[in-house]
Amino acid sequence: MFESGGIKGCTMPSSLLWAVDVYGRVYSLSTAGQQWEQCRDAQLEFKRVTAVQQCCWGIACDHQVYLNVHASDVPIRYQEETYENQRWNPVDGFSDRLLPSDRWQWSDMTGLKHQTFESFHLPSENWEWEADWYVDENFGGELTEKGGWSYAIDFPASYTKDKKWNSCVRRRRWIRYRRYKARDAWAKIPSEEPRQLPDPFNDISCGGWEISDEPQGRLSLWAVSLQGKVWFRDGIEHHNPEGLGWEEVQLPGEVVQISCGPGDLLWAVLWEGQLLVREGIGRDCPKGSSWVVVESPSSEVGAIHVAVGVNVVWAVTKDHKVWFRRGINSHNPCGSGWIGMVGEMVMINVGLNDQVWGISREDRAVYFRQGVTTSELSGKTWKAVSVPRDGDRSHSSASTSSLPSAGCFFSGEVRVQSQGSVPSDVDSETERASAGGPTSPKPEDAPKPRIPKVTSDSFISELVSDRESQLGKRDGGTAVASIQEEEQGGEQEGKVLPALVLSPSQSGGQDPQWSNVDLEEAQTHQAVGPASDTAETSSLSSVATYNLGLEEPYGSDEHPLWAWVSGGGCTVDSHSQLNWFSSSGISSSVQSMSLSISPAQTAAWRKQIFEQLNERSKREMENFKHYEQAIEQSVWVKKGTMQWWRDWKPHKWVDVRFALEQFSGTDGNKDGILFIYYTFNEEKKYLHAFVNEVTILVPVLNDSKHTFAIYTADRTKQRWPIRLAAPTELEMYDWLALLSVSCCDSRGIQGPPSRQAIWSITCKGDIFVSEPLASLEASPYPTPCDQMFWRQIGGHLRTVECNSVGVVWGIGYDHTAWAYTGGYGGGFFQGLTSSTDNIYTQTDVKSVYIYENQRWNPVTGYTNRGLPTDRYMWSDASGLQECTKTNTKPPSPHWTWVSDWTIDYSVSGGTDREGWQYAADFPATYHGNKTLKDFVRRRRWARKCKLTTTGPWLEVPPISLSDVTLLPCMAVAKLEHVPLWAISNKGDVLCRLEVTTEAPAGTSWLHVGTDQPFKSISIGGAHQVWAIARDGSAFYRGSVSAQNPAGDCWYHIPSPPRQKLKQVSVGRTSVYTVDENGNLWYRQGLTPSYPQGSTWEHISNNVRKVSVGPLDQVWIIADKVQGSHSLSCGTVCHRLGVQPMEPKGQSWDYGIGGGWDHITVRGNSLEAARFSMSALADSMAATRTAPRSPLALRSQEMNGNAVSC
Amino acid sequence: MADDKDVLRDVWFGRIPTCFTLYQDEITEREAEPFYLLLPRVSYLTLVTDKVKKHFHKVMKQEDLEEMWFEYEGTPLKWHYPIGVLFDLHASNTALPWSITVHFKDFPERDLLHCPSNSVIEAHFMSSIKEADALKHKGQVINEMQKKDHKQLWMGLQNDKFDQFWAMNRKLMEYPTEEGGFRYIPFRIYQTMSDRPFIQKLFRPVSPDGHTHTLGDLLKEMFPAAIPQDEE
Repeated sequence: MFESGGIKGCTMPSSLLWAVDVYGRVYSLSTAGQQWEQCRDAQLEFKRVTAVQQCCWGIACDHQVYLNVHASDVPIRYQEETYENQRWNPVDGFSDRLLPSDRWQWSDMTGLKHQTFESFHLPSENWEWEADWYVDENFGGELTEKGGWSYAIDFPASYTKDKKWNSCVRRRRWIRYRRYKARDAWAKIPSEEPRQLPDPFNDISCGGWEISDEPQGRLSLWAVSLQGKVWFRDGIEHHNPEGLGWEEVQLPGEVVQISCGPGDLLWAVLWEGQLLVREGIGRDCPKGSSWVVVESPSSEVGAIHVAVGVNVVWAVTKDHKVWFRRGINSHNPCGSGWIGMVGEMVMINVGLNDQVWGISREDRAVYFRQGVTTSELSGKTWKAVSVPRDGDRSHSSASTSSLPSAGCFFSGEVRVQSQGSVPSDVDSETERASAGGPTSPKPEDAPKPRIPKVTSDSFISELVSDRESQLGKRDGGTAVASIQEEEQGGEQEGKVLPALVLSPSQSGGQDPQWSNVDLEEAQTHQAVGPASDTAETSSLSSVATYNLGLEEPYGSDEHPLWAWVSGGGCTVDSHSQLNWFSSSGISSSVQSMSLSISPAQTAAWRKQIFEQLNERSKREMENFKHYEQAIEQSVWVKKGTMQWWRDWKPHKWVDVRFALEQFSGTDGNKDGILFIYYTFNEEKKYLHAFVNEVTILVPVLNDSKHTFAIYTADRTKQRWPIRLAAPTELEMYDWLALLSVSCCDSRGIQGPPSRQAIWSITCKGDIFVSEPLASLEASPYPTPCDQMFWRQIGGHLRTVECNSVGVVWGIGYDHTAWAYTGGYGGGFFQGLTSSTDNIYTQTDVKSVYIYENQRWNPVTGYTNRGLPTDRYMWSDASGLQECTKTNTKPPSPHWTWVSDWTIDYSVSGGTDREGWQYAADFPATYHGNKTLKDFVRRRRWARKCKLTTTGPWLEVPPISLSDVTLLPCMAVAKLEHVPLWAISNKGDVLCRLEVTTEAPAGTSWLHVGTDQPFKSISIGGAHQVWAIARDGSAFYRGSVSAQNPAGDCWYHIPSPPRQKLKQVSVGRTSVYTVDENGNLWYRQGLTPSYPQGSTWEHISNNVRKVSVGPLDQVWIIADKVQGSHSLSCGTVCHRLGVQPMEPKGQSWDYGIGGGWDHITVRGNSLEAARFSMSALADSMAATRTAPRSPLALRSQEMNGNAVSC
Repeated sequence: MADDKDVLRDVWFGRIPTCFTLYQDEITEREAEPFYLLLPRVSYLTLVTDKVKKHFHKVMKQEDLEEMWFEYEGTPLKWHYPIGVLFDLHASNTALPWSITVHFKDFPERDLLHCPSNSVIEAHFMSSIKEADALKHKGQVINEMQKKDHKQLWMGLQNDKFDQFWAMNRKLMEYPTEEGGFRYIPFRIYQTMSDRPFIQKLFRPVSPDGHTHTLGDLLKEMFPAAIPQDEE
């Protein structure tokens, strides 16, 4: 069941490798697939394509640029806005009669530009209007009355939503959305004035998305014209995928080919064979500023092709030799020297993660460079991608693709094959002559829109090297002609049989010269296969030696001939498991015909084995249980040395001996005791803890020590865990895995978490689950939440949400969405502590930030010379810790840097153009523009690092999320589809379709329109959906039901006065929100007939996050909690005294922390038998000294946090 | 959910109920009662029969005691085969409990290896582990382990500590994902009715054309007789 869902919705996220064959047909190959799929909507042949993750650009044979934007569940929408302005006069009141000095009646926000509805036009035919203009009634997060008007004394002034006595003018905002409609289709980029683009395009390269995050989806597109001019496409971003227009870039010569990397690398090849490197590319100047010439790698022959990535440059010279450029980085885009590589290629393309793709000169196959890693950017070997095209085997493609007619395609293939060899000698003049000669039917003659061979030939020869062919006129002509003679001779024997078998009509119709060349070429390819090594052997007989090949003699010798490949959208790295390779083309077809072992089969086998084992055990042991065991069980002790963070002052790491004694308890459960043997005043002492009292084991990796923390209920109260450091990381994980098994064994916990489980995440991204007891939500005597036992689940997430039917979703730091697979373990839990099923590789990327601080002095202005009392000039956010670019390491050894340090402009408060924020002094509030009072400034630098781990999570591509929510319900609830809502990283509200327990990833997103980006969402009982917009206001979605899963409209709910809301959680009936100042609010007055409620009631401060469960239980992450030994930030807290009639509860109970970042109790629907609330609860609340808020004095030391935030 | 841990546990905790009877010709001071034990399938006879030895020693004279050995229906049982293998090989069709005859005389020198102490079993066990790892990882994993790790493996087996054993053994059972499997699958096919005690050949987990071999493939290649003929 799950497998089928997996295939549908949540297999490994696939991405596409794009390629063009020598006939100009565009194909894509999915990383999850095993065959090239032809891009069938292309009406034209294409010369070149350049792909990025979200789209693919191409030059078609009409030399026009086309764009193929991949369809997504979220449409590309652009909000147009215009303002309607009115002035008050005593006669008409507010009217459109403005003063002559006023702005236009319809204008932009500033009033400087006249903007009527009619002045808005769709940018191209690829757009459509979503609806008509309408008034935006939301004003800065607040709801306006009376048609969206906001009032002011005069233009321009500050506007308020309330009309005052002196309000003389008013305005309102009209909005209208347009939508990009040409998705998953090749849309022609409208060409501008013809005079600007005198000659057709010849090459194109897309990249630059890593230069800046803003605007979202920004890309750099570079094009080369036939005359050798270079053009830059301006204004490409998410909301404007087509860009605005072409700008010519001045050049020192004529360019033949250009390559743009994901970052700031841009190289081009000159006609003369040298290379050009663009300098000065950056956030403010994506076009760069100047060119530097780099000589060709080879002194004899010039370069014909270059391909760049983030940190690599590859080149091909005219002799097809491949070169790798040493020493490339963003400070040195020119690199330092060339290294010759093995292999002969016609072109090379560098894709994502600096992975390299190429098309070999010899067989025109697409090759992948294996073993490219950050430490070995040049990789190890070339490996051929040998998968069939979707039409290659008619019987198999019928099931796997939407091929219209296998038969017709088949005959087409034969013809293709007959032309296949052409490009191998395109640089000969003879070839060129014949290509352009009388054999070529004109495009119009073709029966299909596809233009047959000659057109494509001509541009293939062009794209290999136009100049080569010209050179060939002089020296290459005769030699090649004679080779062709030979080929013709060899052809006669070889041709007949396959041609007859394949398609007699075709062979008769062919121009003999063409088929001749073709067959020789086919033989060459076959030579790869072990059986076909002589020219005399016909292709049929060679295949026949493989008995499986007999059924389809045509299948194996059809070798696609590629002209161009683009990996810019293909997410692979050296770890990726691809099914694209095999030792030869023939065996690949054999392999794909033979039955390979599917996961379903494996699962079935495992089940069978398990059942047979069970049967055997039953047969052999059931009647003999009274027999004595041959081996008596005994105590097992594991010992080791560790360092321990001493409990008393002065706190320091001391060497200890550490031992775990395990034994079988009386109830059959295993139990154990932990011992820490230490020396105090030369006296040997020990500390111990019973394994069944340990509540959690928390790994705390940092760059200096391999530490972990052990909590018991008491230690949680004290906010002071046992902190231990193992000598090596490996030993730490061995101990953690062993202790974890031991703890789980002692509590009888095994296997995956239950559907009721409570999930939480630390600020390190570690994931923990706890199995709730029914008594956890009992009243008046709930289980104290410091007694909850937490165990770790592999993976790395920032947010996790679940409900009680077993659907769990997570979101990573890089906003990737993940669906829980039902497994457990992963990460360092290997072997026995981990399920072998359902564990997958998971990656996450986050940024590390450091601050550059400067102080102004009258002589030199801002410098890095601070006052003696100042913070470090390079520091962390607090300024207390020195953090320089060189000494700052990734958060733990598991993270590796994946980018260089870059200035972060997206800091709250804004920055100037260089990223600086100004303030009067450290520390203060910073603002983005310099004023006279500012004496200090700082800017934030960010560097991305990446973690690769494993866990029971499968990516739900492709949309990045910032929040997700699932309908909380009773465990017995019968839901056909589980309602799941999410907010995309861009702020779109989304509704996931067909989420079920069996297929938790669902199938697709339904986009729910909003007038502004959102940031938090929660769906509660009875399908109440609440959401928080980025401006801090709340929204209620009306009419959501199982039948109408997306609801119909948003109702604006004003936020609490002067507060911007941040997060919302809706339980069975309760609605709680948290604002940006850490206040927790409860929504009063909700009734079935008026579900929006009436007012916000303040519950607590110091709250970071809230999770309201299906029982209306309230759990939070509190910012500050005082323990007896230390203060902790990020603590799990449970609201006590929550009753049906008292949903707000009374006080807080404190659980695990600090360092916790997220909790969800939305799976826990285990209800305890309820008692009526009595005075006992009050007294208990009093004795637990639970204050109204988790605020505590900041007096004690902070190092009690095992995981510091 | 039937995942590996469950399977491993079931394999590890497989037990064969056994009835040990003293050979009729052994001289005893009084009548020797049979001795009943649950033998772990994944252990060695001489490693788990201390209790048996003690039990029969009580009824025998010191001077009659030589090295203990076992026999089933006339076949001397090789202690260096795992117990489960011995049972399946010789006695899989008998009614349980498995009836093993205990001898203290006439050690069949031609059929059996001597087992003077547990260290001999340990040496045999470790050499099997090393041989298997040589096939699986060119011996790299076992060689990288420390002495104490080897000891942990052995102690895990000796004391029937599943967790202790597997905490170490899992390292021997891992392979880099990019390689898709071990170098060779360590296996032996034991036969009763043959001159060769077992078949052992090199066998890759993945065929040259990339598909994963199954146990069926292995048998087809190494011991086709084991495959029922009527099956496809």
